[in-house]
Amino acid sequence: MEKRFEQLLDEWRDTKGNVIPLLQKSQELHGFLSREHMSAIAEVVGKSPAEIYGVATFYAQFRFQPPGRHNVKVCHGTACHVNGAESLDLAVKTELGVEPGETTEDGEFTVDRVACLGCCSLAPVVMIDNEVHGRLSGDKLKKTLRKVVG
Amino acid sequence: MMARVQEVVVGLGSCGIAAGALVVRQALSALLAEHNLDIPVAATGCIGACHREPLVEVRQVDGTSYLYADMDEERTRRLVDEHLRGGTVIEEFLVPPDYDYLARQRKLVLANCGVIDPESIEDYLARDGYAALRRAVTAMSPEEVVEEIKSSGLRGRGGAGFPTGLKWSFARASGGDKKYMVCNADEGDPGAFMDRSLLEGDPHAVLEGMAIGAYATGADEGYLYVRAEYPLAIKRLLLAIAEAEERNLLGERILGSGFSFRVHVKEGAGAFVCGEETALMASIEGKRGMPSIRPPFPAERGLWGAPTNINNVETLGNIPVILRMGASEYARIGTEKSKGTKVFALAGKIRNGGMIEVPMGITLREIIYDIGGGIHGDRAFKAVQLGGPSGGCIPASLLDVQVDYDSLTATGAIMGSGGMVVMDEATCMVDVARYFLSFTQSESCGKCTFCRMGTKRMLEILERITAGRGRMEDLDRLQELAAKVRISSLCGLGQTAPNPVLTTLKYFREEYVEHIQEHRCRALQCRALIRFRVIAEACTGCGACARVCPTQAARGERKAVHEIDQGLCIQCGLCHEACRFEAIAVTTGDSA
Repeated sequence: MEKRFEQLLDEWRDTKGNVIPLLQKSQELHGFLSREHMSAIAEVVGKSPAEIYGVATFYAQFRFQPPGRHNVKVCHGTACHVNGAESLDLAVKTELGVEPGETTEDGEFTVDRVACLGCCSLAPVVMIDNEVHGRLSGDKLKKTLRKVVG
Repeated sequence: MMARVQEVVVGLGSCGIAAGALVVRQALSALLAEHNLDIPVAATGCIGACHREPLVEVRQVDGTSYLYADMDEERTRRLVDEHLRGGTVIEEFLVPPDYDYLARQRKLVLANCGVIDPESIEDYLARDGYAALRRAVTAMSPEEVVEEIKSSGLRGRGGAGFPTGLKWSFARASGGDKKYMVCNADEGDPGAFMDRSLLEGDPHAVLEGMAIGAYATGADEGYLYVRAEYPLAIKRLLLAIAEAEERNLLGERILGSGFSFRVHVKEGAGAFVCGEETALMASIEGKRGMPSIRPPFPAERGLWGAPTNINNVETLGNIPVILRMGASEYARIGTEKSKGTKVFALAGKIRNGGMIEVPMGITLREIIYDIGGGIHGDRAFKAVQLGGPSGGCIPASLLDVQVDYDSLTATGAIMGSGGMVVMDEATCMVDVARYFLSFTQSESCGKCTFCRMGTKRMLEILERITAGRGRMEDLDRLQELAAKVRISSLCGLGQTAPNPVLTTLKYFREEYVEHIQEHRCRALQCRALIRFRVIAEACTGCGACARVCPTQAARGERKAVHEIDQGLCIQCGLCHEACRFEAIAVTTGDSA
């Protein structure tokens, strides 16, 4: 196991309530949670791998497959919903050919559906790699996605 | 001659940044450098007028200030040339000082938001920051603090409205030498961003409220449980904690007293149910965030078995205000049973969206029309949704209802945490009910059978109705399931999940009936019930629809009337959006 991960385990070993921070930092480091890393965390916190997997799968933040190079989050907050978020879903689907939660075959995009990005006055919004794009239409979103891959 | 410019302040809340405030700040700094102008550029949190972001405020030495709206690079260039260099205010870019949106509000909790630099403790201290904590720990006993909060009439701002002082007195009364103070910043309602804005715009106010709560209840350790989706809030909190510790406003023996309080920030991991206090504590402990049976209440047995007091962000933001102005003065604001102000995130089909703070007792009509400026575009108001997935939809006939806990509950909606989403005639109320239920259904932790399965069955029924396959008996079934989900769920998530369905059934039943009997969606939103057709007389044959159509349903020869193949059409609406000649009609219903 690589050094940075081992340092992480050491750093958090004795902290109360360390399970979720460890999962979060591990995902930050690797992009996702592998079986191997979850087992290592289980050992450090003194729980079974099944318990750790149970915790990880409970929370929406954790992913168990390597993500694509670009992350697309389609906001489905209330304001976005009433302003046409469904049509953005459709645009993503027809442009990239994947459903929310999936990664494109070329590994370029991972698409997520999120509950609310809190930019309600710019609705409907999509976040692409930490940049918020607001007041979108299906067509504008398609053009934005094409620009991302250049 | 105009007064000298003291500083230029850019609003750097999440919404400002999303609207392009960082680009504006960069352009501003570059232009000031280019012209050798020695004017400091400062940052502030959310000013609240999200619909006018990015916002830039020019503060002058004589105390006057000018708020510029809708800034971009071009406007920034003109601001530098005309105002900062030329001394001429650009009236057309200004938010007028008597602007109803800002003038009708009453800012107590948000008083510093958009005014101070949230990354500077000096700014906070300069505005009486930590004076309330100082007063509490040096001049008041914990019991006196509890009494002060009790007599202020403050009720929990997370949605349920439990009296805060009473809650504190329970934790105070619990024995044991280890107690915790927790701030619930797991703001999960879609359409709600009040807590984020307060944490980003005035993090010290929340920390000060927490420290006072810890002193009053006898806690020496605290957790701020913040959504991981709020990275900026987390960053500013960590900085604020470090600065406050440095000045002995947090940490050991605060301000020379015998009171010590250490605060940790805990990032949530994306589970709506963790907004429920027992689930939140389970999550801090590193477990699946599932609620547990109360009693015992957290005040008796909470985090790691120790007595724990949990308050919402906005509730804590009220605490320093109350101690500063005095409980009796505070209690004069609002109504008999709902004191103080409430912060709302005003969004949806509203002209002026953003974060607002209003006195309790104001009517919904005043908020939507006087502050919000009415409906965006020229459509008709249909409903306002309060309280997110736990709340309900209030129709136009009830717009004169007062904003207070009890009046709102009487409508079937709730005060909620502050999400206020305005809907117009192009919003389908059956679809809204389906939307909220799909949210609660997928966020149900699965512990209680009715919440897990009942919401699933309800969602299936709503999906059937919006797909045009509903039956009239479905409406009775929905009512029946709603009642059972409500009484058979352990926590607020399940107990309130039926509210959006029940309120839409109560106030907008005719829309359900139309979907079922006429296969008609009057808002033209339910895709299974609408058709796109080309209006031959208006079509110029430009081909815009065919170019955007993802399924080749829209097609035709160039310069000839196009058509839409109903067999291929997936009702995505791209053609309707793309057509510049209004040549694509949307129809619904059996007769269409």
